[in-house]
Amino acid sequence: MQVVSSSDGPQQRIDDLLRKERQGRRTTRAVIVLVSVAILACFWVTGMFDGDRIAEGFPAIGVMFTEMIPPDFSRWEYWIGPMIDTLAMSIAGTTMAIILSIPVALLAATNTTPGPITYKIARLVLNTFRAIPELIMGIVFVAAVGFGMLPGVLALGLHSIGMVGKFFAEAIEHAHPAPVEAAQSTGATPLQVISHGVLPQVIPQFADVTMYRWEYNFRASTVMGMVGAGGIGTELIGSLRLLDYPQVAAIMIVILVAVTIVDSLSNYLRRYFQ
Amino acid sequence: MKHQIHDPFATLNGVEVVYPNGNVGLKPLDLSLADNQVTVLLGPSGAGKSTLLRVLNHLVPPTSGTVTVRGAGSLTDPNVLRDHRRQTAMVFQQHHLIGRLTALQNVLLGRLGNYPFLRTLLPMPAEERRWALECLERVGLFDRALSRCDAMSGGQQQRVGIARALAQRPRLILADEPVASLDPAASERVLGQLRTICEEDKVPVVISLHQLEYARLYADRIIGLAQGEVAFDGPPAAMTDDVLQRIYGPRKNLAVAEEPPLHSGVGGI
Repeated sequence: MQVVSSSDGPQQRIDDLLRKERQGRRTTRAVIVLVSVAILACFWVTGMFDGDRIAEGFPAIGVMFTEMIPPDFSRWEYWIGPMIDTLAMSIAGTTMAIILSIPVALLAATNTTPGPITYKIARLVLNTFRAIPELIMGIVFVAAVGFGMLPGVLALGLHSIGMVGKFFAEAIEHAHPAPVEAAQSTGATPLQVISHGVLPQVIPQFADVTMYRWEYNFRASTVMGMVGAGGIGTELIGSLRLLDYPQVAAIMIVILVAVTIVDSLSNYLRRYFQ
Repeated sequence: MKHQIHDPFATLNGVEVVYPNGNVGLKPLDLSLADNQVTVLLGPSGAGKSTLLRVLNHLVPPTSGTVTVRGAGSLTDPNVLRDHRRQTAMVFQQHHLIGRLTALQNVLLGRLGNYPFLRTLLPMPAEERRWALECLERVGLFDRALSRCDAMSGGQQQRVGIARALAQRPRLILADEPVASLDPAASERVLGQLRTICEEDKVPVVISLHQLEYARLYADRIIGLAQGEVAFDGPPAAMTDDVLQRIYGPRKNLAVAEEPPLHSGVGGI
């Protein structure tokens, strides 16, 4: 780049800065190219470029859809009980997760944990609960305590700790240190500093995560029925086994409506806790 | 220029603070605080004002040396420290309030140390609420008691901070740059209230400040700090230009003050 200049110094500095700026843009471009290549590789490996196979699949899906129409709501009164069961399961499981998550989160947050060992253990516990899918936990608990809603609640509750505890811990770590110092300066014990300096600050985030998780658990508990953990999921898997697609469609519509209701209710509660 | 104080409220003996990163917060110093006095710690940023203030309730524990409080003992004893903290109120630069809570709830936080943990999970007793409201009344915020603190102005928030300090029924008040982020009118109100509390309640008040004018107006005693050392210790009347140079370093004269205000503003933050 040729620019007329009277003195050498400032011109030199401008050129250096522009070179640095060009380098920055080049790095950005390189990163975009690398990520794109990685994504394309994933598509190729998973068969997403196999156009023929996908094309063949569409008619099959179409056939299934036509078999689902019209949805058959004739057995609706048999779904009310299981729907309430599913709701109860999601609420009980989420509550269990919240209660157990708070102590684990306090141990898993760098600013409230007593020491590096408790921190590591708490993080390991959270990772473990997150790594085991709720369906697997459901199967284990059905084997342990038998069919019904109890194994569903236990599975949802335990699995939820993994994610809820991690998010709680992150919220605690982002709590402002100023009120904590203020509480310390009044002679509060470490537990009081947590209960009155940290927790009041993080309640909106806690409420957020809780409401999101409740909505998630409601969806997840419909699946839990498939492993014998009760609720509307049991009805769904029953109709699927009978290949009664109109009834499957009806149940899925019922679940969709219920999820929408739970979602708007949780949104309302979340605003309330701000 | 050493102050001889008979039967001091608190005594610092050879107190030194070295931070874990090697920064020296305070060079070894001996100091004693008298009853019923407003002591202002004056000095530029990084001179050790906040460190010295926090040493007085061991929010920053000294690396060596001891802080002794009359009638209690050395703060290195955890039981003495907890009692001392309960009776020492602190007012902070950034107010240190929980914005989501009401003024009343924030003031009640000052009572925490007087109750066991499980009791503090329940609502505070009625007499504590009444006391907290009296404290808010004293700083002129009774009508805002049920407002959330994040809806208040900076000056009002700082007065909630003072009410919280009062709620502790303190024997000592420490104020860490309480007016650094306030406008002049709010600053004078806050400092005036601290001075009134000192006089009416017979409580020693230690305030760290940037502003020389305020120090002159509100202090009984000024301790000037520079680079972690006491550079001046005496009544406001004894502050001379010579002393100021020792604290702040040689000042540029007016001819240089025409520089863009960027430089003059930074020091005030």
